Amino acid sequence: MRRVYLDHAATTPVHPEVLEEMLPYLKEEFGNPSSIYSWGREAKAAVEKARTRLANLLGADPAEIVFTSGGTEADNFALRGVAAANRQRGNHIITTKIEHHAILHTAEQLEKEGFRVTYLPVDKYGLVRPEDLEEALTPDTILVSIMFANNEIGTIEPIAELARIAKSKGVIFHTDAVQAVGNVPINVKELGVDLLSLSGHKIYGPKGVGALYIRRGTRIEPLLLGGAQERKWRAGTENVPGIVGLGKAAELAARELPQRIKHLTELRDLLIEGILEKIDYVRLNGHRTQRLPGNANFCFEFVEGESLLLNLDLAGIAASSGSACTSGSLEPSHVLTALGIPPEIAHGSLRLTLGRNNTREDVEYVLSVLPDIVAKLRAMSPLTPGGGKENV
Amino acid sequence: MYNEKVMDHFLHPRNVGEIENPDGVGQVGNPVCGDIMKIFLRIKDGRIEDIKFKTFGCGAAIATSSMVTELVKGKSLEEAMAVSNKVVAEALGGLPPQKLHCSNLAADALHAAIEDYKKKKAN
Repeated sequence: MRRVYLDHAATTPVHPEVLEEMLPYLKEEFGNPSSIYSWGREAKAAVEKARTRLANLLGADPAEIVFTSGGTEADNFALRGVAAANRQRGNHIITTKIEHHAILHTAEQLEKEGFRVTYLPVDKYGLVRPEDLEEALTPDTILVSIMFANNEIGTIEPIAELARIAKSKGVIFHTDAVQAVGNVPINVKELGVDLLSLSGHKIYGPKGVGALYIRRGTRIEPLLLGGAQERKWRAGTENVPGIVGLGKAAELAARELPQRIKHLTELRDLLIEGILEKIDYVRLNGHRTQRLPGNANFCFEFVEGESLLLNLDLAGIAASSGSACTSGSLEPSHVLTALGIPPEIAHGSLRLTLGRNNTREDVEYVLSVLPDIVAKLRAMSPLTPGGGKENV
Repeated sequence: MYNEKVMDHFLHPRNVGEIENPDGVGQVGNPVCGDIMKIFLRIKDGRIEDIKFKTFGCGAAIATSSMVTELVKGKSLEEAMAVSNKVVAEALGGLPPQKLHCSNLAADALHAAIEDYKKKKAN
């Protein structure tokens, strides 16, 4: 059976060149970068090479990169680190309603610890309105954290403009760019952000490694305490193979970015146009153009997301949904809800995220099986317009 | 995540559809939580002669709907009222713990349809 992986926002396969670079560090090059003998020095050199490669992808200085265990740790580090270092200056933090849970749950915890958090709304496309940020800023605001691109609907936020507004008031600006890095051009200097989170496994690198970009001079405290690794910004023996893999993935992303954007955008538009044309009672979630090149997200009315995913899985297609049944709660996705989508429609969401290995044939295959799956589920649904007298 | 029996009922649901001029109809659930189930009954001589369902929901919601129709078709109303949510889940060989709320729908919808029949009959 044909198998089509369309969940690259969840994770990506490790690029073969990434794996090749990692292997020696899982075998003979096993040294601890803190050791002074040759094994240690070689491991240290590999970590620094990776740091430079990642810095080059972001337009940063290598000294501004701190490796972490992934995107979640980078997000926790950014929020908790800035909160701790700036408590004397103020206790107000601004973020949005559509952030990843790594941000939202950290912000909620900070509220319990006495901070005040404003969750900015978004428009129907998932875009943060700059004027809302301007209005929310107070003399007590110490941090603004707004994601670069949303993991569910792919909407790309106007980060440069939002950062400029925060910076004009002297407020630190963080962006969770886990979904954006490697998919859109990013230059931290041009964007004017102070902090940026990223993850290795979203860009064809390994799992268990990520990084936080920290603009030089940013007031932040470390999250993890212990040894002097990462110039004391992140204690703990370095995940050398992971860091090497992330460095290689960053180098490949920088090299392949224009082709990746072109390839993904073509496939995405083919997928979006095909689905909107072949299926009724469907809506595209997110912005039509201001979205990640590989992201397509829909709501199919009268059907439920998990049922869609199970049927797609049987057809060999891997996808995801924001339905309650797939989120492990009773409520549908907080992102779709924030767009103003009614819950019964949000339950029928489907996210298809393309990657560098996908082909036109993959998209055509999805377009050939999805309409029948939706029709089959709708024939079973009591919500279908006209009551649906047909038997299956 | 689901066992083979659940997947079989999900992919090949028994008794999907509607009954024209049914003797009893029951609907439970709500669109907000993502599960709605509707049961249609044809009753003859105190027995369920025919039963159909329509369900909007996850795999467990569809599978339990299918299973409940299979369990009670041809049964007396008393026997059908004795079929609980637990019985439906067990007949499917079990459901993942987080799905047990979905299975509540199936027997509840059946019981609502039987109540609807009794009410109509009483009038």
